[in-house]
Amino acid sequence: MHASVRPALTVKIPPIATSPAARETSAALSMRMTISRVNFFYGSKQTLFDISMGIATNKVTSLIGPSGCGKSTLLRTLNRMYEIVRGARLEGEILLDGQNILTQDVTSYRRRVGMVFQRPNPFPKSIFDNVAYGLRINGSKAPISEAVEKSLRHAALWDEVKDHLHKSAYELSGGQQQRLCIARALAVEPEVLLLDEPCSALDPISTAKIEELLVQLKDLCTIVTVTHNMQQAARISDFTAFLLTGQLIEFSPTPQLFTTPGDPRTEAYITGRFG
Amino acid sequence: MLAMTGVCAFVAVSVLFLILGYLVYHGGTSINWNFFTKLPTPVGETGGGMANAIVGSGKLLLLATLIGVPIGFFGAIYLAEFSGATTAFVVRYAADLLNGVPSIVIGIFAFILVVHPFKHFSTLAGGFALGLMMIPITLRSTEEFLRGVPNALREAAMALGASKWKTIASVIVPAAYRGILTAILLAFARVAGETAPLLFTALGNRFWSPGWNQPTAALPEMIYRYAISPYDDWNRQAWAAGLVLLVLILVINIVARAILSRGIAVPRS
Repeated sequence: MHASVRPALTVKIPPIATSPAARETSAALSMRMTISRVNFFYGSKQTLFDISMGIATNKVTSLIGPSGCGKSTLLRTLNRMYEIVRGARLEGEILLDGQNILTQDVTSYRRRVGMVFQRPNPFPKSIFDNVAYGLRINGSKAPISEAVEKSLRHAALWDEVKDHLHKSAYELSGGQQQRLCIARALAVEPEVLLLDEPCSALDPISTAKIEELLVQLKDLCTIVTVTHNMQQAARISDFTAFLLTGQLIEFSPTPQLFTTPGDPRTEAYITGRFG
Repeated sequence: MLAMTGVCAFVAVSVLFLILGYLVYHGGTSINWNFFTKLPTPVGETGGGMANAIVGSGKLLLLATLIGVPIGFFGAIYLAEFSGATTAFVVRYAADLLNGVPSIVIGIFAFILVVHPFKHFSTLAGGFALGLMMIPITLRSTEEFLRGVPNALREAAMALGASKWKTIASVIVPAAYRGILTAILLAFARVAGETAPLLFTALGNRFWSPGWNQPTAALPEMIYRYAISPYDDWNRQAWAAGLVLLVLILVINIVARAILSRGIAVPRS
């Protein structure tokens, strides 16, 4: 399609478009996390520019955008995983339950915000020990085997693994391994679960299972997921944020972002004109 | 060309079996219960054994392991998990050089540092010299195995709220332990056969070594003395000691392989 038939592209619109409907919806919601004016740097290179948004409690929020737009970086600021990279620096404020996450003890903070990675990364341990890991290192007093069963059930993996909990986690299929990683993260009962393109290494059937699972899990915790797959964001999330070159272009309720995007760049991206 | 490469491969393998066969042929007859339980006999008397050398080697290797393994292991953890690129490069380079220092020089060094001030050739000095030789081997290979653990596992542990040290102790080292253990066993096997550093330090002893601060016999050192002696019986015993040492090292190698092949390994991606 040519730009000439889409005059809307030339209209100047403020960088973050938030419709009245979106404001109304978000006012009624409680926010688990609040990101305000976040700038992020790797050394001298700035990768996030002045990002402000809220993560609604018990909802699924998706971060979408083309490769290199900063969506994974933004996700990694939420559990302070960026700190393991030398030279990474964050400016701004991120709150969890109203408290600044940057001033808290990092290890106890990360227990409250679980993370699932792009490729399944179970430990070279048994299925049981993988799920129990978080409980054990935190010196949890709770009976471990019950917690393991509960987490595996939440991750919809229990029925498939209950008879061989002591086998190596690597004997599971890729999709099962990813659900094991979700169970491992759920075991410490996080308030927020971050997922960094959790399905990008999986086949369609495993992907469908995980998507279904995420929708169920939002009753249990608040979910933030990064995806380069727009259809996936449309299927599973309540809110969607579109990022481009480190800037938050648009953040709206998912149906609105995909049907009536407020920014021409969003529209261009979701209609597949770039990315 | 194909035939030549095949012959080279065959020669490489056959050297080991030739040595083994030779040792069995010459020394096999001298291996009996007495060899493991009796002291060496005076010249002219047949029989006797190398019990003192076997125990001496054991003590020397125990000391060497106590010195070389912790330093190599924890040094490797620092290199792989904490240090910057420049430090790691310098330490790695120094370790490679230390690994290349001729063992006789290590022996002289231990002589100056331990034997001289204590005014005694001793098990301590011998263990110290062998321990020095174990450091670079343990350090370099442990570091390699730690670096081989995928970063995804470090991230997974830290995202669950594990501190850096907890991540190392509960995920990284367990994921690499088979490689590390194998490396330690191979370092052990390597120094078990060292003779030169012992000549200046443990010296040798025809009797039981009375304590850690006294000279002691050791298998490689006994092989050296018995092999250059003019007595047939001693020569035969030297062959036997060589056989015992070689079998010990082969067993360690096989055990190391066995360790590597069991347990849960991180798949290569």
